[in-house]
Amino acid sequence: MSIDESTAAKVAKLARIKVEDDDLPALAAEFNTILGFIEQLGEVDVDGVEPMVSVTPMRLKRRVDEVTDGKMPDKVMSNAPDAREGFFAVPKVVE
Amino acid sequence: MLDLTYEAPKPKIIAGAKHDWELVIGMEVHAQVSSNAKLFSGASTAFGAEPNSNVAFVDSAMPGMLPVINEYCVEQAVRTGLGLKADINLVSAFDRKNYFYPDLPQGYQISQLYHPIVGEGEVLVELGDGTARMVRIERIHMEQDAGKSIHDMDPHMSFVDLNRTGVCLMEIVSRPDIRGPEEAAAYIAKLRQIMRYLGTCDGNMQNGNLRADVNVSVCLPGQYEKYQDTQDFSHLGTRCEIKNMNSMRFIQQAIDYEAKRQIAILEAGGEIDQETRLYDPDKGETRSMRSKEEAHDYRYFPDPDLMPLEIEQAWVDDIAAKLPELPDDKKARFVRDFELSDYDASVLTAEVESAAFFEKAAEGRDGKLAANWVINELFGRLKKEDHDITESPVSPEQLGGIVDLITKGDISGKIAKDLFEIVYTEGGDPAEIVEKREMKQVTDTGAIESAVDEVIAANPAQVEKAKQNPKLAGWFVGQVMKATGGKANPKSVNEIVQAKLGL
Repeated sequence: MSIDESTAAKVAKLARIKVEDDDLPALAAEFNTILGFIEQLGEVDVDGVEPMVSVTPMRLKRRVDEVTDGKMPDKVMSNAPDAREGFFAVPKVVE
Repeated sequence: MLDLTYEAPKPKIIAGAKHDWELVIGMEVHAQVSSNAKLFSGASTAFGAEPNSNVAFVDSAMPGMLPVINEYCVEQAVRTGLGLKADINLVSAFDRKNYFYPDLPQGYQISQLYHPIVGEGEVLVELGDGTARMVRIERIHMEQDAGKSIHDMDPHMSFVDLNRTGVCLMEIVSRPDIRGPEEAAAYIAKLRQIMRYLGTCDGNMQNGNLRADVNVSVCLPGQYEKYQDTQDFSHLGTRCEIKNMNSMRFIQQAIDYEAKRQIAILEAGGEIDQETRLYDPDKGETRSMRSKEEAHDYRYFPDPDLMPLEIEQAWVDDIAAKLPELPDDKKARFVRDFELSDYDASVLTAEVESAAFFEKAAEGRDGKLAANWVINELFGRLKKEDHDITESPVSPEQLGGIVDLITKGDISGKIAKDLFEIVYTEGGDPAEIVEKREMKQVTDTGAIESAVDEVIAANPAQVEKAKQNPKLAGWFVGQVMKATGGKANPKSVNEIVQAKLGL
C-alpha cells in the first residue's frame, strides 16, 4: 500500500491536523516508511495460528453497576478554554 | 405455545406520476440501556442532572484514563438479544469509530462493528388490521452514547453537556423487512414493548432514550420479492438514511416525504444519491446533511484498550431462565386463559404494568368482565386525567371487588359505574361502600312489583298509550328505575312492566 499526497491530505483533514501543501510530500513519504516497516509482519507465516490479542492470559476486566464516579463538574471543566453556565462552550456547530 | 400463524400485510403502494412504487425500510434503533452507571465508567446515567455533573474522567477522555466495562450493561444486552430470539455471541469485541464532534471528547465512539454481542433474531410486529410482519434482526451491538450539544442558548456558541457521554446504548439493526410507515412505527412500538417487559430500556422517546435511524428506498412492484429470494440488494433502490428520529409520528411523516421525494427524482430520470438526511418536522421535509458526508470515513479499528468480551454459555442460560414472560406469550395466554378477544388482550398487554394489574384484578373471576372494567372504565378514567396505570388510585383488589359485586348480582352495571367513581375518588372497600350506602340491587320481585304498581296507578294516560304502542313500556321501566334509585334489576323491572301492562 502506498500513500500519495492526496491520501496524506485526507488523513490530515480527518484528524483535524493542519498540514501545509508544501509539507504533504514529506508527510506522504513518512507514512510510506511507517507502513513499509509494518508490512514486514506480512512475511510471517500465521497459517493455522489463532489470532492473539494479548501475550498474557488476561480476561476483560469488569465492573459492577454502581455509581462510583462523577459529581465533580469543576474538575471536569477545569481545562475548558471556554465554559458557560456549567457547559463547555465551543464555536457554533449546527447541522 | 405461541400461535405463529399470521398473515403478512400488503406493502404500502405509492402512486407515482408514471406508475406504482413500493417502499422498503430498514431501521437502526438506538436504545439506552437501563443501568445505574455508564458502559465504561462509574458515573451516573440519571437524566436531568446539572450539566457535566455525571461525568468521570473516562467520559471526558482525560489522558491516561482507561475504560472498564460495566457487566450489567452486558447482561442487559444479552437479555435484549434473548428477548428478540437472537443468537448470543459468546465472544464479541469493541472497535473505535473515529470522528470529530464537540460532544465526543474521545474523538471516537467505542462500538462493536466487527463482532457484535448479539447476532440474528426476529420480531413479530402486529398491525391493527390483524396482519403481522416478521421483521428480521441483523444484529445488536453495544456502544457509547455521545454528549449533548445545545445550539440555542447563545447566538455564536454551542454548549456541550457530557452527562450522556458514555451511557450504554444498544443499536438494534433490522433487515429491510419493513414495508410502510405504519409498519415502521409498529416495529418501534414492538421493540419498545419488549424492552420494557425485559427492563432493559425504559423506552422514553421524549428523553431520547429510544431513537431511530430510518433507511428508506423505493422500488418497482416485484423487485422486493426478488431481493427476498436472493438476499441480493441490487434488486432494491438506493437508500437514504434519515437520522435520529425520536417520535413515531415524525418517523411516519419522514418516510412518506422521503419516498415521494425519491419517486419524483426517479420518474424525472434522475438517480438517488446514497446520503444521510435530517427530518425537519416544522417544514415536513427531509434535507441532506452534506457536512456529515465528508466525515463519513470512520476508520474503524479494534480498541486496543479493551480485550475481547468473553461470556459463558452458563451465564447466558441463567439469564434466559430468568427472562420474564414476553408480550407475545402473555397475550396468547390472556386469550387462552381468560377467553379475551385478540384486541382486548393486545390492549391489556401493551404495558407490562397494565397486564399485571389486569391479572390481579381478574384472578379467580370472569376474565372478560374484568377486562371490560379495566379497559373501558379504569383506562378511560385514567386517560381523562392523563394518568398511567402506575398512578391508578384504584387497586386491582378494589376493581376485582367491584367485578365480584356485579357477578353476584348485588349491583347493576349502572350502579357499578357510580360505585367505581366513589372508589376512584374516595377509596374504600367496594363491598362495604355498597352495604353502607344501600346501593344493593333490588332483586326482591315483591318490592319491584309494588313500585311498578305505583307508577301505573299514577299515570293512567300513559297506560292507555302504551297499550296502543307497546314500545312505550320502556318509559315505565325508566320511571320504576328512577323511583328505586337505579337499584332495581332492570331485567326484572322490564318483565314485570310487560306483564302488568298486559303486553
